[in-house]
Amino acid sequence: MDIVRLSENTVIILFEQTINHDNFTIINRITHTIKNTLSDVVIDMIPSYASIHITFNLVKISGLEFKAMLKKAIAESEVRAIEKTKEKIIEIPVYYGSEVALDLSYIAQKANLTEPEVIDIHASKIYDVYAIGFAPGFAYLGNVDDAIACPRKQTPRDKVAKGSLGIADQQTAIYPASSPGGWQIIGRTPLQLIDYSSDALTQFSTGDKVKFNPISKPDFLAMGGVL
Amino acid sequence: MSLRVIKSSFLTLLQDYGRYGYQHVGLTHSGPLDEHAYLWANRLLDNHYNAAQLEISYGVFAAEFLEDSVIALCGADLRATLGGKSITPWQTYNIKRGDIIEFASPKHGLRAYLAIKGGFKVTETLSSVAAVVRENLGGLNGDGSKVSPGDQIVYEKKAHQMTSRVPEKFIPAYSSSITLRFVPNISVSSAGLDAQAVFQNTPYEVTQNIDRMGYRLSGEPIQVPLEGIVSQGISVGSIQLPKDGQPIVLMKDRQTMGGYPLLGCVTAIDLPLLAQSSPGTKVKFRAVDIDDVESELVIYKKFFNVAA
Repeated sequence: MDIVRLSENTVIILFEQTINHDNFTIINRITHTIKNTLSDVVIDMIPSYASIHITFNLVKISGLEFKAMLKKAIAESEVRAIEKTKEKIIEIPVYYGSEVALDLSYIAQKANLTEPEVIDIHASKIYDVYAIGFAPGFAYLGNVDDAIACPRKQTPRDKVAKGSLGIADQQTAIYPASSPGGWQIIGRTPLQLIDYSSDALTQFSTGDKVKFNPISKPDFLAMGGVL
Repeated sequence: MSLRVIKSSFLTLLQDYGRYGYQHVGLTHSGPLDEHAYLWANRLLDNHYNAAQLEISYGVFAAEFLEDSVIALCGADLRATLGGKSITPWQTYNIKRGDIIEFASPKHGLRAYLAIKGGFKVTETLSSVAAVVRENLGGLNGDGSKVSPGDQIVYEKKAHQMTSRVPEKFIPAYSSSITLRFVPNISVSSAGLDAQAVFQNTPYEVTQNIDRMGYRLSGEPIQVPLEGIVSQGISVGSIQLPKDGQPIVLMKDRQTMGGYPLLGCVTAIDLPLLAQSSPGTKVKFRAVDIDDVESELVIYKKFFNVAA
């Protein structure tokens, strides 16, 4: 682990530069500790797969002092490691029908599986929220089973519909709003994933666990889904 | 009373100091692209550093003041007129009810800041009025819209008059050739020492591809040793090196995360110079020590009474 100053008022804590579950656990723990102990000098935090990016208040504390405080907080978080926070599994309904699952047949063909098998593999796993970024409420979930992992599209789509569920390599994610995007689309949720008027703003936080529940077309429409 | 917008053709946005504390949900900081001009405009009026202003990019904007007040104009010279008479930036102007202010086209710089005594009174969305079109967030209606004709932006009537101007030595030239200082990235996410050395010796030009998210530059392409990095949080001013070897400097509306190798980070004090640079501007980069620029920024923030 390494703490590097990036600019006058930002630092990044870097972990082993891979996407793995050990990183996820450590980053989660350290993020919580920093939030609980350094909130008076921390302005913003972006936890990701293998790093935590922090903006600190330069008017209150120098970069050198902040780095020292971070080191101390990280050491303390190791002591607290035993206290396990309660795990919450967030369930997301998804319609995997062909009119919204634009790339499902491609993935099935590539994986030498049937479409229902791909859906079953995707929906039977519990995923971790590794990071949130790219767009408001866009949560990077992992890891997708090797059997259905699939690279991004060669040419991104100009418009991916709001609520679309995609796969990119071993990650899976939902587009909270319609946007250009290159992920392989396999379904769509009727849920609103970003809501500026709600206190929580998003359904997900980094560190949460997520499961996808397949729903029928009538259920999708009844829940407010748009085809 | 309010400012009634008559004409707004390009990009005029309501901005305060920015939306902080929401990066963990993927929201950008936003805020004025030229923080230096923005902070001076509020300082000239004795406003709070976070008071809302209009960021007028490229001009073609006109509005009528429906009540007396005092304004400050800082940043780009967009050939502005007040009541038909030419006015120049970096000073305050007393406003009479019915006065019309108009911005034509860029003479020097790209973005003008129009501040009013007490700030524009706009409801905050998620602790800020900063408008982000892409996020449908902030601005007059809270939905990220640009300022458009017919909008009425509220301010308080101020009868007293004042005249105040920015001392000459603090007014930037917005030259057609600029040098930006940067803190080299020394982490595993760095594009590497060789790339940084080439970067410092390469003259660049600002391309047509510039917006509030980032400025793309062009020059002799730099060989990229690694294709990408594990996506990580991105600081304002970060210099990314994508596969084509042409650097991108990330600005206030950048995405919170990025996966391109990094050359370093342009200093906060120099970034406004780039924000005012039009396509074709020559850019050079010079590596600096982080401790030097840190103390400079602390002094700068204290001078403008910035709390964070």
